[in-house]
Amino acid sequence: MFREITLGQYYPADSPIHRLDPRVKLAGTLIYIIALFVAKGLVCYLFAFLFLVAVVRLSTVPASFLLRGLKGVLILLLFSVSFNLFLTKGTVLVALGPLKITLEGVKMAFYMALRLVLLITGSTIMTLTTTPNDLTNGMEKGLGFLKVIKVPVHEIAMMMSIALRFIPILVEETDKIMKAQMARGADFENGKLLQRVKSLVPILVPLFISAFRRASDLALAMEARCYHGGEGRTRMKPLRYHSADGYAYLTLFAFLGLMIVLRKLAPVWV
Amino acid sequence: MSIEISNLNAVYNAGLPYEVHALTDIDLTIHDGEFVGLAGHTGSGKSTLIQHINGLLKPTSGTIKVNGEDIHAEGYNLRLLRTRVGLVFQYPEHQLFEADVLSDVAFGPKNQGLTKEEAAEKAKEALALVGMDESFYGLSPFELSGGQKRRVAIAGMLAMDPEVLILDEPTAGLDPMGRDEILGELKKLHEEKHLTVILVSHSMEDLGQYAERIVVMSGGKVVMDGTPKEVFSHSEELTAIGLAVPQVTSVCRMLADAGWPVENNVTTVEEAKRQILAALGKALPEEEGAHVS
Repeated sequence: MFREITLGQYYPADSPIHRLDPRVKLAGTLIYIIALFVAKGLVCYLFAFLFLVAVVRLSTVPASFLLRGLKGVLILLLFSVSFNLFLTKGTVLVALGPLKITLEGVKMAFYMALRLVLLITGSTIMTLTTTPNDLTNGMEKGLGFLKVIKVPVHEIAMMMSIALRFIPILVEETDKIMKAQMARGADFENGKLLQRVKSLVPILVPLFISAFRRASDLALAMEARCYHGGEGRTRMKPLRYHSADGYAYLTLFAFLGLMIVLRKLAPVWV
Repeated sequence: MSIEISNLNAVYNAGLPYEVHALTDIDLTIHDGEFVGLAGHTGSGKSTLIQHINGLLKPTSGTIKVNGEDIHAEGYNLRLLRTRVGLVFQYPEHQLFEADVLSDVAFGPKNQGLTKEEAAEKAKEALALVGMDESFYGLSPFELSGGQKRRVAIAGMLAMDPEVLILDEPTAGLDPMGRDEILGELKKLHEEKHLTVILVSHSMEDLGQYAERIVVMSGGKVVMDGTPKEVFSHSEELTAIGLAVPQVTSVCRMLADAGWPVENNVTTVEEAKRQILAALGKALPEEEGAHVS
């Protein structure tokens, strides 16, 4: 059941996208998100979609894998679509009692869904092609300038990488505890709401205990290796830009520029 | 209760680049009342196999029959199966959650639909079986030592009166005394209550001493199946898949190779002692010593 969540999961492969510097991918995701908010009208969205398709093809991540990741946010998607569909004021198309579907609502809902799907797929492709470690390294290096205004960048990055590292461990642990309790006859699928909530106690208590135990073990191990924060810490593999990273930046800015141009020039058909 | 596994295949993450063939074409029959040892290196598929036996995992292909009934047939009661085929996971103490020992052990019986009193009664019996007396009932499971926690967790399974007991590395991380206690209690249960036991371990020492039959797995396949003596006679093959014969067996084998009149498939220390003493021309002190001197 937990294996279906792809957001934050790494897809191992050796593609040009996988090899890019994590800073490029982080900046790229940000640029893509900005571009999505710049976009207006069908032409812009089509352009954004094609760009994403090109990146996905380059990354060799199968499309089915990305789509599976969308399943998890389906509910969010349905919510935003129906809110936009029913609560936007304008020319009424269909009226079902107090619920009115307006032309503006349909448009809004359509673009909202499109934007959300592109947004999620765009950020998923980053996490799928970057290992969590690279990601936090990139973040630490890329946001290093914030140290000037006393933001503990290293500590935040370390916390993030630990948190990310713990997700699969906790998922596995939950799976194991669930199975162990199922072997003792526990039932998580049937019963009324209250019963189901109660049936979570045999999972949550051992899970919390194990999380605390792991956290304390990790803290001890870090202290034993003289970890004392980011001050004076060096890296075994420092991040370095290569020529491919430069081209990637160029492509990204060209994409953003074109998006702005398209917004101004392309006719807004719908 | 007999378990019949035929043509079982298990694939994790099917279709993804990290697809794993955990089990390939497993055929295995476990008869009523057997004490089977399941050996294999880490990642050989032992844990996956035992989770299939009580229906926690669904096979990618193949069938599992318990008492002749396919457990994945329409309408088969898997929850009932899980109470009859008790599975004790690795580090079972990590599943303890109740405020006191007695209620934790009673969790299983309560899930079986027994009343609070009946469940408590079952729990007390099970705790007695693993050698824990009344003084432990009211303690928090988290105040106990590692070995005691493990015994409480095993009692939690025994309280459900299973007919088959599967234990995944029940002695991992225990000291030698804790190990002998737990395995000794298992042996006793097997003999007194005719429980079918499947013991997963990579300690050939333990398996040689307690199991009647040893099944060896490697790379998701069953590679050997036989009595401890038969299995230990293939010491080269065992070494090749990362396992070893018990130390007594290899000592006796070396003696046999050096020309001593000792059998080369000895499995227990007791047997080795008898044979070595016989080879030295001396009688066993405890047994025959009295009338020799």
